[in-house]
Amino acid sequence: MSATLAPPSISFGPVLEQKLGKRVTVEQRPGADIPTLVTDAVTLKEAALFLRDDPATAYDLFLDLASVDNSKLPGNLAPKDGSRFQANYILYSTRRNEHLRLRVNLPAKDPAVPTLTGVWPAANWFEREAWDLMGIRFEGHPNLQRLLTHNGFVGHALRKDYDKSQRWLCTEEDLLQTELAARTDDPEDMFETMTLNFGPSHPTTHGTLRVVMRVDGEKIVAAESECGYLHRCFEKMSETHTWVQVVPYTDRLNYCSPMINGNGYVRGVEQMLGIEVPPRAKAARTVLNEFSRIMDHLVCIGANLVDLGALTNFWYAFQPREEIYGLLEACCGARLTSSYARIGGLAKDVPDNFVEWSRALLPGIREKIADIDGLITKNKIAWNRMRGTGYVSKENAIAWGFTGPCLRASGVAYDVRKDKPYEMYGDVDFDVPISTDGDNFARYLVRMEEMRQSMRIIEQLLARFPKGPINSDDYRVILPPKEMVYNEMEGLIYHFKLVFEGVKVPAGEIYSFTEGANGELGYSLVSDGSGFPYRVKVRPPCFPLFASFEHIIKGSMVSDAVATLGALNIIAGELDR
Amino acid sequence: MKTPPPSLPVRSPAGKIAPPLGPGIPSSSGADFLTTKLDVAVQWAQSNSLWPMPFGTACCAIEFMSVVSSHYDLARFGAEVVRFSPRQSDLLIVAGTVVDKLAPVLKKVYDQMAEPKWVISMGVCASTGGFYRAYHVVQGIDEIVPVDVYVAGCPPTPENLIHGIIELQKKIQSGELARHREAKTFVPIRVGVDPDLSIPAYSDGVMARVPGKKELPEIGETAESELNAKARAAAGEGDR
Ligand code: SF4
Repeated sequence: MSATLAPPSISFGPVLEQKLGKRVTVEQRPGADIPTLVTDAVTLKEAALFLRDDPATAYDLFLDLASVDNSKLPGNLAPKDGSRFQANYILYSTRRNEHLRLRVNLPAKDPAVPTLTGVWPAANWFEREAWDLMGIRFEGHPNLQRLLTHNGFVGHALRKDYDKSQRWLCTEEDLLQTELAARTDDPEDMFETMTLNFGPSHPTTHGTLRVVMRVDGEKIVAAESECGYLHRCFEKMSETHTWVQVVPYTDRLNYCSPMINGNGYVRGVEQMLGIEVPPRAKAARTVLNEFSRIMDHLVCIGANLVDLGALTNFWYAFQPREEIYGLLEACCGARLTSSYARIGGLAKDVPDNFVEWSRALLPGIREKIADIDGLITKNKIAWNRMRGTGYVSKENAIAWGFTGPCLRASGVAYDVRKDKPYEMYGDVDFDVPISTDGDNFARYLVRMEEMRQSMRIIEQLLARFPKGPINSDDYRVILPPKEMVYNEMEGLIYHFKLVFEGVKVPAGEIYSFTEGANGELGYSLVSDGSGFPYRVKVRPPCFPLFASFEHIIKGSMVSDAVATLGALNIIAGELDR
Repeated sequence: MKTPPPSLPVRSPAGKIAPPLGPGIPSSSGADFLTTKLDVAVQWAQSNSLWPMPFGTACCAIEFMSVVSSHYDLARFGAEVVRFSPRQSDLLIVAGTVVDKLAPVLKKVYDQMAEPKWVISMGVCASTGGFYRAYHVVQGIDEIVPVDVYVAGCPPTPENLIHGIIELQKKIQSGELARHREAKTFVPIRVGVDPDLSIPAYSDGVMARVPGKKELPEIGETAESELNAKARAAAGEGDR
């Protein structure tokens, strides 16, 4: 089991010691996934600056802020120093390809840390979220308001003493009353600019995003975006379900590519359990991940172009999706919400003709992609609408915490599949397309090329699709086959224990990350050794993307904001969880 | 005595309108005409030209997209003119989870639609909150707006949604839904927990037109009220 592994080492230990002395310690926890540094609220900012700026560390990308309420941990796991909350900053260095966790332990009463928005602008929304759901105060934060819940909400939902079904009255007054909107009557500004509300029920906000803009004619002079209109309490719900029961919830995070979410989650749990899945499951997961990526990109491109007025592509994009749905349905019985991944494998084996079926899908996808390509890539109107709009420089993309196609469109070649391969990605040959243009058209091109690369991956895997069992034979985590349950005492016991108690994940924590369709999809999981997750925190790839939206569109036209919103591919399900 | 509902004109092979089977007047002069009740004709027209406004919030919206796009082609059922403005639509399809924060928005969208209007609740989330029995999720949109057809599934298959639309068309044609609804104020949506705040009795009044509508969930037990008080106490410590 993983618990026997040595703690991960850090390369910058001496520099760290020299700069910050004993105020930052390296956590020596056996079996930890990524190196962990522990500091206190006073040193946090200094440590953050060091980690960002020192060439030996160079943690330039702020990935996540996972807060934990430790008050319900069993005695032996409870923090020794009497602290209650934890703020875990997950960082990544694009130069050194390394992750790091920076941890601060906080007391039960008035937990507060200095804000890191000045160090990593991406921290802004993550801190608001932690304030909203966990009640950790971030001193000096420019706008520490609730983000996911409404203003009528009382309490902090992810604290352990908060009842999971306690709802609070929300009226129209409790929705975002932005600074911008409040300033409408500023006498000096009269008639010069006006406030324009955009969403949440607006065709191009895809249901649940909201932006309030201040416009001068058609030009946006300021904007403020808001999310939370689809906050379905995924993280709280996870805590009340067993490890396996969380899988269906993960499907509904990014519902354009459900398979990828489930895969990311079970991988995290598998790492905690220290189990390996058989090659056949790995290959099947990888193939289905890539099909999901294609589906996701197709929706993104199709919907983005609809917003720009090019409806035809939408019909083109949806046809291959329907065909892939057919394959998914044959695998798991559902089109969209597949719930197919399981800890230790897949819910059931892929159909016998999986390889042929998958192969047969590819020409159709290629054809439709070529159709879209032919219509758009050299289209004058598309160029006018997409080139140069929604520009994000490389520096900004990193500072705002971009990952995935949007980061690659700004010129950073970070792709988890390539840089930290998982499942079968290490065994296949594929390219990571990047662009240095950083605009909407670059995002479109990157996605188009990624779909082609995905097909390359699929083809290589289908050519040598492994035979053998689909599931791990570790029956502590996965149901034994039915014959075994009926005929053998042991099988029956395993079955019984799994059904009644669920998978027992050893106490510990992990940050597990995979490449979602939108970027790095991270799961910070904490287990207390019972059958239920103690804490599940998702790093949704489009959260930082939407957080930066208000900066990207500043100075552009309203219609360009529409193009940009589509090109960023914000999926409300994972944005708000 | 109840007359059977008059049927609709049927084109004969010669391209002429065949005599209606209901109380129409068969033509003796050779000219084509038909008589029917105005209501019936209007209901027939309404049911076959539904203009849906998709209030798509989550995964169900993706399936809704499938229904309107090429493969399932909702145009075959006379409901493909998707309008994103509530002012222009008469069928509200709520596809996806509606959370507390979105509830006032949904209410507003519904109020903006002109009568006659219908509501389909697509998916278990919109119908009951689905498997999100949680602190921020509306436990069924019928807490806020009246619903005509509930479509089960998570997400409903496209066939299922189409079935729902056909059922709605039948209901419209039968005249069952030609009733006016009034819901002028936003009904605060708070599922009863807190004993000292009066809970608006949503379940009676004009909206309780859904047969067999579920009761407001009974969550309010002492233990939870205590939690509640604690949550508020915690929040009172300079938090808000
Ligand atoms: S019913 Fe299921 S598919 Fe539909 S919005 Fe709810 S969770 Fe998503």
